[in-house]
Amino acid sequence: MIYADHAATTKMSDAALLTMTSLLKEVWGNPSSLYGVGQRAREILEKAREDIAAVIGAEPREIIFTSGGSEADNQAIRSAAALGKAKGHMHIVSSAFEHHAVLHTLEALKRDGFEITLADVHENGIVVPEEVEKAIREDTCLVTIMYANNEIGTIQPIREIGAICRKRNVLFHTDAVQAIGHIPVHVAEDNIDLLSASAHKFHGPKGVGFLYARKGVRLSNLIEGGAQERGRRAGTENVPGVAAMAAALKEMQEKMPENAAHLIEMRDRLIRGLQEIPHAALNGDAQRRLPGNVSFCFEGIEGESLLLLLDDRGIQASSGSACTSGSLDPSHVLLAIGRVHDVAHGSLRLSLGEDVTEAEADEIIQAVKEVVTYLRGFSPIWRDLMSGKKEPIL
Amino acid sequence: MALYSEKVMDHFRNPRNVGVIEDANGIGEVGNAKCGDIMKMYLKIEDEIIQDVKFETFGCGSAIASSSMATELIKGKPVSEAMQLTNKAVAEALDGLPDYKMHCSVLAEEAIRSALEDYQKRTGNPLPEEPA
Repeated sequence: MIYADHAATTKMSDAALLTMTSLLKEVWGNPSSLYGVGQRAREILEKAREDIAAVIGAEPREIIFTSGGSEADNQAIRSAAALGKAKGHMHIVSSAFEHHAVLHTLEALKRDGFEITLADVHENGIVVPEEVEKAIREDTCLVTIMYANNEIGTIQPIREIGAICRKRNVLFHTDAVQAIGHIPVHVAEDNIDLLSASAHKFHGPKGVGFLYARKGVRLSNLIEGGAQERGRRAGTENVPGVAAMAAALKEMQEKMPENAAHLIEMRDRLIRGLQEIPHAALNGDAQRRLPGNVSFCFEGIEGESLLLLLDDRGIQASSGSACTSGSLDPSHVLLAIGRVHDVAHGSLRLSLGEDVTEAEADEIIQAVKEVVTYLRGFSPIWRDLMSGKKEPIL
Repeated sequence: MALYSEKVMDHFRNPRNVGVIEDANGIGEVGNAKCGDIMKMYLKIEDEIIQDVKFETFGCGSAIASSSMATELIKGKPVSEAMQLTNKAVAEALDGLPDYKMHCSVLAEEAIRSALEDYQKRTGNPLPEEPA
């Protein structure tokens, strides 16, 4: 089995798993309790906060634990919107290919009277900082741009956008769910005010994530209740999950240079191999992308069929085709970078794990080549393309 | 639970009647690339009997399986019987499809009907009435 869907989720690391299981068993106290087993849980929670803060260059008090990336995105955006609304600033700048946790929150705010401007992500899948600056108005309360795209892996010029936001005195949030643990992220150097992260994207457990909120940025609560997380997120803390997240992140941060070097080599090997397929194209910039992300469109085939046949060969991947999302439209990300529906349906995302080998990369290339050829063999679109009845798009 | 029934996976992995009939006397194509599904059916009809049927499909697993099953259900059958093929029959023969994939079976029914109508146009033979 070659699992190549790490952007969907990752397997927990040994360190994370050991941390989590031993804490579930031994430190089950409530961190708000004053006796020993509670206070021990409190220590572990705060140590995890320190560790995570250190990794991203934050102060521990700037880290709020959440149930994951979506909650962090929701809270960050709604907090900034509430601060803006109080001043009559009801305009937000974002991009067309954000995660739905961001886009759907923005849609909800729109219904409440906010105006949203989506910056172009261009054919290479990268936002242009100057265009973000142009989109900022007097009444802009927030800019929210993802650190790296979840489907096509393109890395955004976060530091430059952050600097513009500082200059224009606008809050800057980044959904860093795909970036944290994989590429260097430093909230101070990157001029970030709010940042979302999710543990299961970097070998931590599911159901846990964090929100970084720069000191002085007042958060609104999504969940009201007790005084946990300094009153900004009620609910008894998920101590084993949080500690496991910290263990996973620390390990990923330590191994980042070697992991990235290896993944980039494997990624580029895959890209070269898949580019040999005719009428196929890489999605997003070839260099400014996550170390483990390979995203392609193949003309004349549909993505779900490709995934099912790859699965039969022991390769797990994903697609932005409509059929895999349960909707009629293919991925909004692929449409945002200008892929037309016809080819966006034939997309494949491979997101590699750190332990992928050269032999496995070659096996993936071979399997994709064979399956694409097989499916094209009985595709009416491909027949029209080959007979000259239809002009190729790619 | 798997996404698809074993029957769907069988027809997807080993589609029956795949390809082209060079001397087909009924051809139908439905769907469009924008929506992610295109089905093309080729019929060879002699003495009002479907002697041969082949298909080409661009689409997801259930689209390919629905095409394959639809061809199996009409092969060797009289035209009058093939006209009565419903999407429900295709889906049932596949041991069901997920709700949001039912349109694949509708497309298969439409592709067969479109090919039969083409045959009718070519031969001038009126098609039997559709069932009420």
